[in-house]
Formats: sequence, C-alpha cells, structure tokens
Amino acid sequence: MNHWWDTLADVVSMVCLLGGALLAFAAGVGALRFPDLLARMHAATKPQVLGLVLCLIGLALRLRSGGAVWALVLVAVFQMLTAPVAAHMVGRAGYRTGKVRGDLLVVDELTADLERARTGPDGAGLDPESAVDDEDDIGPR
Amino acid sequence: MIVVVVVCTVLLALGAAFAIVRAEKGPSMLDRTIALDVVVATMIVGVALYAAVNRRADVVPILVVLSLVGFVGSVTIARFASVEPEGEGRVRTREEIAAEEAARAEETRAEERHEHEEHHGGGAEGEVR
Repeated sequence: MNHWWDTLADVVSMVCLLGGALLAFAAGVGALRFPDLLARMHAATKPQVLGLVLCLIGLALRLRSGGAVWALVLVAVFQMLTAPVAAHMVGRAGYRTGKVRGDLLVVDELTADLERARTGPDGAGLDPESAVDDEDDIGPR
Repeated sequence: MIVVVVVCTVLLALGAAFAIVRAEKGPSMLDRTIALDVVVATMIVGVALYAAVNRRADVVPILVVLSLVGFVGSVTIARFASVEPEGEGRVRTREEIAAEEAARAEETRAEERHEHEEHHGGGAEGEVR
C-alpha cells in the first residue's frame, strides 16, 4: 500500500506548504514595514496568489482524492479572478484619496496622463471638475 | 514532518501578527484593508495546513468561503473610501476619548442651562399648547 510515490508526494507537499507559509510571513513583514500604500499592496499580493497556489498544491498532494482537489482548483481560480479586482479597487481609491506618495514612484504615468487630459493638447481641454469629480463609475475611464 | 508543521505555524502566526499590527497603526482605511487581506490569506493558508496535516478533505469548503469573504470585504471598503481628515485615521487613546466625552457633556449641560433660563418665565407669547 505504501508506495514510494506516496512518500514523495508527502515530501513535495510539505515543501509547498513551507513555501506558502514563508510567503505569508513575508507579506506580514512587508505590510508592516513598507512605507506607503502601493508598496504594501505589492507585499500583500504574495500570499494571495502564489502562496495560496503553493499551499493548495501541497494540500492536493496530501489529500490525493478527486473531489477535494477539484474544490481546491475552484479556490485557486476564484482567488486569481478576485485578487486583481480587489487590488485595482484599492489602488484606485488610494490614488484618488491621495495615499500614493509621488516621491517614491519611479514612473508615474497616470498623473501625467490626467494632467494632459485636463488641460488638453491645445490648452482648451476638459473641465477639470468633470475629470476629477465623478467617483461613481465602476469601470476605468 | 512535525518540524515542518511547527515551522509553518510559527511563520503564519508571525505574518498574521505583523499584519494585525499594521491594521492597528495603518494611517488610512485602505492600509487596514490590505493588512486584513493579508490576515485572511494567512488564515486560508493555515486552514489548508491543518487539512494537509490531518488529511481532512471536509474543511475544503472553508477555503472557498474564506476566499469569497476576503474579496467582498476589501472591494466594499475600497468602494466607499473617501478622503479622511488629518488625524482621523489614528486610534485614540482612552484619555483622549474621555476628554472628548467630558467636553461634549459640558457643552450639552451649558445648552440645557441656557434653554432653562430662556423658558423660565413660562411659555413664549402666542404659544399654542
């Protein structure tokens, strides 16, 4: 009953679980020590996707039964679908409420683009109120 | 194997503790959201670790529920995030709250006294009771 591949699967699953736990720890340290919102988001994404997938691979290798593994695939797919949406919402809200520190950014294309959209190429441009004020739309502009 | 499980548990506990410290300090609501996302992710990893150690497939639905809840929470908070006034994002100490309460109580009392003096000579002229 106890084949060599059972042992191998157990060892690989332990390695995967250890990797997932390490990423969760790294995310905690990053969320605590990084200086602004975007850096903290960057750190927080690690266990949300890679750590979770590693961990679910480890769990699947340990369970080795059909039905549970499909549920784990569902969890991974769902997390991959929702994590970018949540990060997008948080990042956008952070930019609009002024939580992004411009001095820490290497490239800031959004501010330049917004300025250009506001003033326009020939100086006529859009109404600055309409560019800033409607916080109610869900989609990107 | 037991060593790996202990190391994983310690790492997860430390990560969650650091994230909770950030949720307490976090200057804005969005920082707290992110920190709580990290806590939820750590919880998912912890439940998966438990399921892997005990070979229990029946806790897998908990993973589905946790990933759903984390998403809904962070999106809702980000949706209603607004510009917070300076100093708003700080958790106040007990003394500060007590001082604010005392100031408010004093204000109410002064108002009541004022009203009392106003109505001292009976109702206003032409008042319909």
